[in-house]
Amino acid sequence: MMMRRFSKVKFWALAGTAAIALSFAAPTAQAGKADDTLNIAWDVEVPNVNMYFDTSRNGVIIAHHVWDALVWRDPASGDFKPLLSTGWKIVDDKTIEMDIRQGVKFHNGDAMTADDVVYTYNYLARADNGILNRNYTSWIDKAEKIGDSKVRITAKDTNPLILLYMGEIGIYPQKYYEEVGAEGMGRKPVGTGPYKITEVDPGKRIVFEAFADYYDSPKGKPSIKKIVQRTIPEMNTQVVELASGRLDWIWRVAQDQADRLDKTGRVKVINANTMRVGYLQLNAAGGPEDSPLRKQKVRQAINHAIDVEGIVKNLVRGSSEVIHAACYPEQFGCTDDVTKYEYNPEKAKKLLAEAGYPTGFTTVMYAYRDRSHNEAIMSNLAAVGIKTELRYGQYAATRDALRKGDVPIGSLTWGSNSIPDVDAILPVFFGGLPDDLSKDKEVQAWLVEGKSTLDQDKRKAVYKKALQKIADQAYWVPTWTYTTNYAISNDLDFKPTADEIPRFWTAKWK
Amino acid sequence: MLIYTLKRLVVALLVALTISLISFGLLFLSGDPATTIAGESADEAAIMAIRAQYGFDRPLYEQYFAWVLRAMQGDFGTSFYFNMPVTELIFERLPVTLGLGLAAITFAIILSIPLGVLAARYPNSLIDRLALTISVMGQAMPSFWFALLLIMVFSFMYPLLPPSGSETWVHFIMPTIVLGYYATPAIMRLTRTGMMEVLGADYIRTARAKGLRPRVVLFKHALRNAIIPVVSLAAVQLGFMLGGSIVVETIFALHGTGYLAWESIRRYDLPTVQAILLIFSLIYIVLTFLADLLNAWLDPRIRVA
Repeated sequence: MMMRRFSKVKFWALAGTAAIALSFAAPTAQAGKADDTLNIAWDVEVPNVNMYFDTSRNGVIIAHHVWDALVWRDPASGDFKPLLSTGWKIVDDKTIEMDIRQGVKFHNGDAMTADDVVYTYNYLARADNGILNRNYTSWIDKAEKIGDSKVRITAKDTNPLILLYMGEIGIYPQKYYEEVGAEGMGRKPVGTGPYKITEVDPGKRIVFEAFADYYDSPKGKPSIKKIVQRTIPEMNTQVVELASGRLDWIWRVAQDQADRLDKTGRVKVINANTMRVGYLQLNAAGGPEDSPLRKQKVRQAINHAIDVEGIVKNLVRGSSEVIHAACYPEQFGCTDDVTKYEYNPEKAKKLLAEAGYPTGFTTVMYAYRDRSHNEAIMSNLAAVGIKTELRYGQYAATRDALRKGDVPIGSLTWGSNSIPDVDAILPVFFGGLPDDLSKDKEVQAWLVEGKSTLDQDKRKAVYKKALQKIADQAYWVPTWTYTTNYAISNDLDFKPTADEIPRFWTAKWK
Repeated sequence: MLIYTLKRLVVALLVALTISLISFGLLFLSGDPATTIAGESADEAAIMAIRAQYGFDRPLYEQYFAWVLRAMQGDFGTSFYFNMPVTELIFERLPVTLGLGLAAITFAIILSIPLGVLAARYPNSLIDRLALTISVMGQAMPSFWFALLLIMVFSFMYPLLPPSGSETWVHFIMPTIVLGYYATPAIMRLTRTGMMEVLGADYIRTARAKGLRPRVVLFKHALRNAIIPVVSLAAVQLGFMLGGSIVVETIFALHGTGYLAWESIRRYDLPTVQAILLIFSLIYIVLTFLADLLNAWLDPRIRVA
């Protein structure tokens, strides 16, 4: 054990050197705009950039950038447009014929052909493909080439969401995929999308570069040259990285952090809608025989009693919107053109009296989030004589109780798995499934009808009838839409969408 | 000596195996891995397909023995989550955790041993109290809080250090301080106690009486004896740091094996969890063994005995 004493001179010399080295090595805040690189962070590790081997949202986001599909759903209009196709013909409720676009190149330079389309669809239909992402693919029966640039795709059953699903199915290059396999695709992905992946550090980092040979796609050409994704699990760390300029884009920032970030002025906070909607589900067909909620007038009274607009304005805030129908306004088939119940406590009291409850009644309300909002709802109800006892618990437990029929009023939310179609919400709550408390045979039949055709106009009409009856009968009290916070660099021009899929190819520097 | 070492090795392997057996069982008790892998909106058919694909439908013991057989050949299988060989995954991330652990233990030793010596040299003085305060603060502060505090000060208010990533050594400064500081009080207090005991011993009085310089007495005669238990403790602390750097790795986005282990448990990534547990229990066992060797080198009495 030898302890040698440093002379003071030596010590300060060393400290000085260290300080200088530190100042050089510490990465200075790299402005993303200066080197045309968009630095983004996610909090979860991306398991595999091969899109069929990742069931997470990040996987969907990557897929939209790297692999174009046959169909594209324009988020602005909600319409389906040809992407890697030039058009399609719906032959019958199970068959679609696709005209394949010519002159499209994969990221490795190979041309995309009808063979690649047939290969991809048949690969996804195979039982032994080992893919994890079966939600979008399990409907596929087979694909056949019926011309140089014509492909026929057959579904196992009629499914109105086929076009939507086709929009999620990225086309893989047959030759390359047969060569490298699923694992190779996870390391060096090749697609036709606006961005190609140039670097994958599994779980930690993905580098995207704008694809120079990207075809003249309705998605538009990417503007920002490079995107660097990093995984930063801790939100506080993300916030500091953003505020110090080392990140340009983060999302799902908690409200308190978003408020603080906003105050710094260093970044921009955007509060944007998601597809999640809130609602009170009234046990219209279940519970005891003499349950007041079985009466239409009582349910209508509850709708009139709650000041949804006031709660949104004063409590929920942000860009949450008031809704009147049992769906998210931008979902296909959703319409706000239904019976609306304005806030009117007097009318509510009158309806209660007509239903035989002139002094109101006592009941139970279950909830699992946003306690303060629910307390506001309860005080609204108390004002017209409906006294509620709050059972506040976990979501799973609340939903279990609801399915057993034990929940008179359930204050819940539903995100539709970000599927922009009412088929992701209405059948769950009104189609005779376990969460259906209204058990309305007529509505159930309409929903089956809406599911059994690919004729989108017919679907719209039948969903309108269903939504109208749901509103008339006041099975629900639809409340408001839920939002999420994005925090981005002041230099960045970025527009969020309700389906929570950031589309960076539309992002620009200011 | 050779037989003794071999015996220890066999015991170590048995310990590692037992650990893996227990962890294997516990993970299966905690829920259905297929549901997690399939994703939140998957239907029953999708879950069934995944169950068959990963062999979750086979009896538990069969799955375990299949794993043990392959592990003995160095094949830890493929990660369910990353769909790549577990060995590759771990060895890509191990350097981060090992580097962080070694840096942190070095930092802890550099900070706590001088503090311990000082405290023992001037017991119950202001210096002693100060040394104790500095080191105890390390244990009293939750590491996530201390980490965020450092980030606020050195990345936000004075942007000197990067708060996340592991590209350069600069990225490791804050994580090292947070992780190392936590181990400081134990080492410091053991040093202090050891030194106090030794400084009261007869041979120190003799050394002083011989007229040796105080510094020589303190460091050469006293510290060398006092430090023996500290070496064992440091080895154990290093073991803790390797396995327990989850919080630090998460906050500083270091992507080491600690974070990987934690996330893999959450994701039911059995092959990864199993491999990490086995590797870490082996490292832990090796560390204890090395500490014994180091002690033998420091203290001839242990060597002879």
